[in-house]
Amino acid sequence: MASVKTEAETTTVPAHRALVLRSRALVRDLWIGGVLLALIIAFSIDSPYFLTRANWLNTSSTATEVLLLAVGETFVICAGGIDLSVGAVLGFAGTAGAWVIATAFPGATGAAVGPIALGFAAAVAAGAAFGLLNGFLVAWAGIPPFVVTLGTLGIATGFGYLLNNGQEISAIPASVASFGNKNLGGWVPVPVLIAAVITIWCGLLLAKTRFGAYTLSIGDSREAVVRAGINDRRYLLQIYTLSGLLAGVAAVLVMSRLGAGNPASGATDNLNAIAAVVIGGASLFGGRGTVIGSVIGTGIIAVLITGLVLVNVPPFWQEVAVGAILIAAVYIDQLRHRKASRK
Amino acid sequence: MSARLAVRDLSKHYGGVQALRGVTLQVDAGEVLGVVGDNGAGKSTLLKILSGAIFPSSGQVLLDGQPVQFPNPAAAHDAGVATVYQDLALAGQRDVVANFFLGREKVARGWLARRIGWLDGKAMAAHTVAELERLRTRIPDVHLASRDLSGGQRQALAIARAVAWTSRVLLLDEPTSALGVEQQQQVLDLIRRVRDEGIAVMLISHQMPDVLKVCDRAVVLRLGLVATTLTGTELTSENLIGYITGAMTGGEQ
Repeated sequence: MASVKTEAETTTVPAHRALVLRSRALVRDLWIGGVLLALIIAFSIDSPYFLTRANWLNTSSTATEVLLLAVGETFVICAGGIDLSVGAVLGFAGTAGAWVIATAFPGATGAAVGPIALGFAAAVAAGAAFGLLNGFLVAWAGIPPFVVTLGTLGIATGFGYLLNNGQEISAIPASVASFGNKNLGGWVPVPVLIAAVITIWCGLLLAKTRFGAYTLSIGDSREAVVRAGINDRRYLLQIYTLSGLLAGVAAVLVMSRLGAGNPASGATDNLNAIAAVVIGGASLFGGRGTVIGSVIGTGIIAVLITGLVLVNVPPFWQEVAVGAILIAAVYIDQLRHRKASRK
Repeated sequence: MSARLAVRDLSKHYGGVQALRGVTLQVDAGEVLGVVGDNGAGKSTLLKILSGAIFPSSGQVLLDGQPVQFPNPAAAHDAGVATVYQDLALAGQRDVVANFFLGREKVARGWLARRIGWLDGKAMAAHTVAELERLRTRIPDVHLASRDLSGGQRQALAIARAVAWTSRVLLLDEPTSALGVEQQQQVLDLIRRVRDEGIAVMLISHQMPDVLKVCDRAVVLRLGLVATTLTGTELTSENLIGYITGAMTGGEQ
């Protein structure tokens, strides 16, 4: 009996070990920022065009939509779920917004503020509605998030194509596009600014508020949350709705960059957003993750996408690279998880 | 009759199976009552009723003399009856503060802070430290993830959390079963300190030494009935085991 060490005996934590454990967690969160930095340095050595204004504008606009999806996905993954529908919802929401403008105001041109505002609101509402549906099915019907959001991925994709027979809707006022392509001081595109404000707000929401605390605790131990008398279903509903809502906002930004609503516009964003979150250190087992991590993860993916083009790698390799990185990141997360649960 | 918590003729049947067949017992303020019995004796059914997880088929639960009914665990908790389960229900990756305040977070002052639920992290950490010190639990850093604590520290955290938010009754389900010897000792000391604060403690345990060390009285359940209540010099290992196995019968009831 004496040789059997129980869990309790091996993990006693004296005071000085506490500091070590905490700083190790900090290092773990920061090393991914080092990877981003290394990528930026490598690409700028390889290509003189990498550190230019044109490439910054290109990279940041690519990153914006992925970032918004990744931020919503961060909450879902921290809560122990997954949202596979965000890319499809983005495509549907943008098409729905454009459809509302084109249908309700067929002749609208130029700076038609009313129609544009209505279209934007419709896109955001469409995104939120899908999020609400996901949340309801996960929280109340108890269907696994993977299945629910794979289903709504299909539904949103189909609805997006149904709106205009699979075609994009471009019969909307031109000022939509001028808004989406506006720069502040030549360096800060308006969509980037909007995404930055939302991201900071969501970062604080996850790290500093009760909503964020419950999001992480639900992902960590739903049992503990339920026993503490917290209405876990209500919070799950809100978490998935937030994810859908941000997909709707991303759709507005994409629509205003393209000057059209395109049902296929989010097709590759699912993979990118989920990869960004996982690279950023969030655990697919739930309970751990930060918005700043997802920002860095998005940065890595955006730099990879534009950087590979600049160094003359065929663009089709982008998705191969992102997919491989996603698998590697999840593998590392799993090793970490196994180590932790073996203790 | 200053019973903090009393049950009168409590029964519970699942279909044709009688889990409890008219149990009457009480626990006073500032007392540790042991509840022992073999598997199937009705210990966990009793615990589930008292913590609001299930309804009794018949009988009464009295809290400070008042009949109470707990439709759910939250209602039991709100009435001042806290339960610490065997698996503790801690969120492993969340820190000690987050676990301590889970469901009762302190929101910072100000209109906006209240609207968005901005947590007062400093006050929460300070409060956690103060509560843990009051019960003299040794947790080095309240910002550690709870799974990085030792088993005894986790148990101490779960107990401290339970008594911080309730002042009347603490129900403990096998609190020492997963612990090493020294940590069992720490948890038993903690139970005594909780008792000394005037809380009624009910300790459900298989560990006879623990019951003998910390309990003022012990109720032995057998086949859904109270076989006996042991106290003072009668509270011995032989008597406990005798009544648990049914080798001894009779007694006061």
